[in-house]
Amino acid sequence: MVEILKAGLYDSIQDLGRLGYQQFGVPISGTMDHYSRQLANAILGNQEDAAVLEFTLKAPRLKFHRTTAICITGMESQAKINEKPIENNTYVIVRKNDILSFGTRKLGCRGYLAVLGGFQSEKIMQSRSFYKSITEQQRLKTGDFINLSQIPIPFKRSNAVLKTPKAHFESVRIKVFKGIEFEMLGPDHQNKIFTTEFTVSTDSNRMAYQLDERFENSLEPIITSPVLPGTVQLTPSGQLMVLMRDCQTTGGYPRILQLSEMAINRLSQRIPGQIVQFELLKV
Amino acid sequence: MNKFKLTYSRYSETSILVEWPQYIAPEILNDVLLFKNYLLKENSESIIQITNAYCSILITYGFNSVDIDAQIASLKSKYDSRQDLEIRAQKLWKIPACYDLCFGLDLEELSKAKKLSIPEIVRIHSEAIYTVYFIGFLPGFLYLGGLDQRLFMPRKKSPRPYIERGAVGIGGEQTGVYPIESPGGWNIIGNSPIAFFNPKAEQPCFARTGDCIRFVPVDLETHQEISSHVKNRTYKMESEVIDG
Repeated sequence: MVEILKAGLYDSIQDLGRLGYQQFGVPISGTMDHYSRQLANAILGNQEDAAVLEFTLKAPRLKFHRTTAICITGMESQAKINEKPIENNTYVIVRKNDILSFGTRKLGCRGYLAVLGGFQSEKIMQSRSFYKSITEQQRLKTGDFINLSQIPIPFKRSNAVLKTPKAHFESVRIKVFKGIEFEMLGPDHQNKIFTTEFTVSTDSNRMAYQLDERFENSLEPIITSPVLPGTVQLTPSGQLMVLMRDCQTTGGYPRILQLSEMAINRLSQRIPGQIVQFELLKV
Repeated sequence: MNKFKLTYSRYSETSILVEWPQYIAPEILNDVLLFKNYLLKENSESIIQITNAYCSILITYGFNSVDIDAQIASLKSKYDSRQDLEIRAQKLWKIPACYDLCFGLDLEELSKAKKLSIPEIVRIHSEAIYTVYFIGFLPGFLYLGGLDQRLFMPRKKSPRPYIERGAVGIGGEQTGVYPIESPGGWNIIGNSPIAFFNPKAEQPCFARTGDCIRFVPVDLETHQEISSHVKNRTYKMESEVIDG
């Protein structure tokens, strides 16, 4: 087991999410940055659906109650085992009673802790991703224990060091496709949406990233229709909302842009106050 | 069966949105469901998810390199050449609802605004048969069509921060039940003791898109009785199959 000695700002267990249940109104959920989860699981040799711990801005402090292997990816904030620094993106063996802690954040917004075989929290609708009203817990609290897999550390293991490009954390450009209602914008607005710099609002979470700047418009609401993570909605008041992994399954605001899958990963590493700019991908 | 002129658009790297003419009507829902069921029945391995709303369906394909243009062409030819399937037998679900003032926080305001007595509101709301257009907004939240226009009432100007699980509400031209506690701006007229969403059940919602529901007024005592049956998992939902 792993014990949360001190919870971070927002810690939850996440995996691929609940694809296939949106017809019941269930959000997809899953890691905000799928790329970093995949990287961590690949380094450990885990299955693709192995669940990881996601933390946000401020990492938790943890204690291991059995020997296992871990890998940390995503947000950089000097990880330490028993106060000794360890590298992100590497295979690290931890012993029973070892304590994992972190320094202050240097880069990125969301960090991932993967363990050998994945975290074993309850699986509901084929996923362990935390979500209020679906899993018992919405987030991890100080004093919680999470079960680990019993998989022994393999004799042969990868010593690959995979680097995450800096652009993954620092890229201002967010690559998008035209959204379903893009053509409802006039030519000036179609141009302006790609030339304006937007600021990530403090009102940003796993459901949606809001942008500070108002985008004046006269678009009418649409008849409620499906939405996905990465959909950029524009409200009549000019609020731009980029839907993220925990978003609702349907919405009634015009969908003017759609982020690429990689752009969702990268946006989830941007923090409130940082600048983003949309860039149109050629189809 | 008349067919409609559909629009097919790339939605994301792995999904396609198919849109019907943009209005809310039973004949549109019927055609949406026919096409959705046709695609589901085909059981194509590349499709991992199909969701519908009032007049659109979103089809999501597996992660690895989907040729969206080819899939759109294939969807078009399927819609144009498909044989109509029978829609799955629809069910009419009877949903107990208590319209007592202790639940119906906005009944008095609605009564004043609509110049209808509270018993009249209850009668109108519970006589209608509602169609489940789709499930969205919250897990287990049914989008219902068929509200009597005498009960149309705009959403509240400032939403309540907390609405009880089971609250029956009216928002504009729609009515529905909050499956879980949530903030919300609908006018609350009653409460249903039924569980609309059970994440651990194989079928997390009893109702499916295309089914119908009807509210059956119950008194406070019956509401409490049903509540405890629901808690103990001894409550049996009542439904009947509707003739097509």
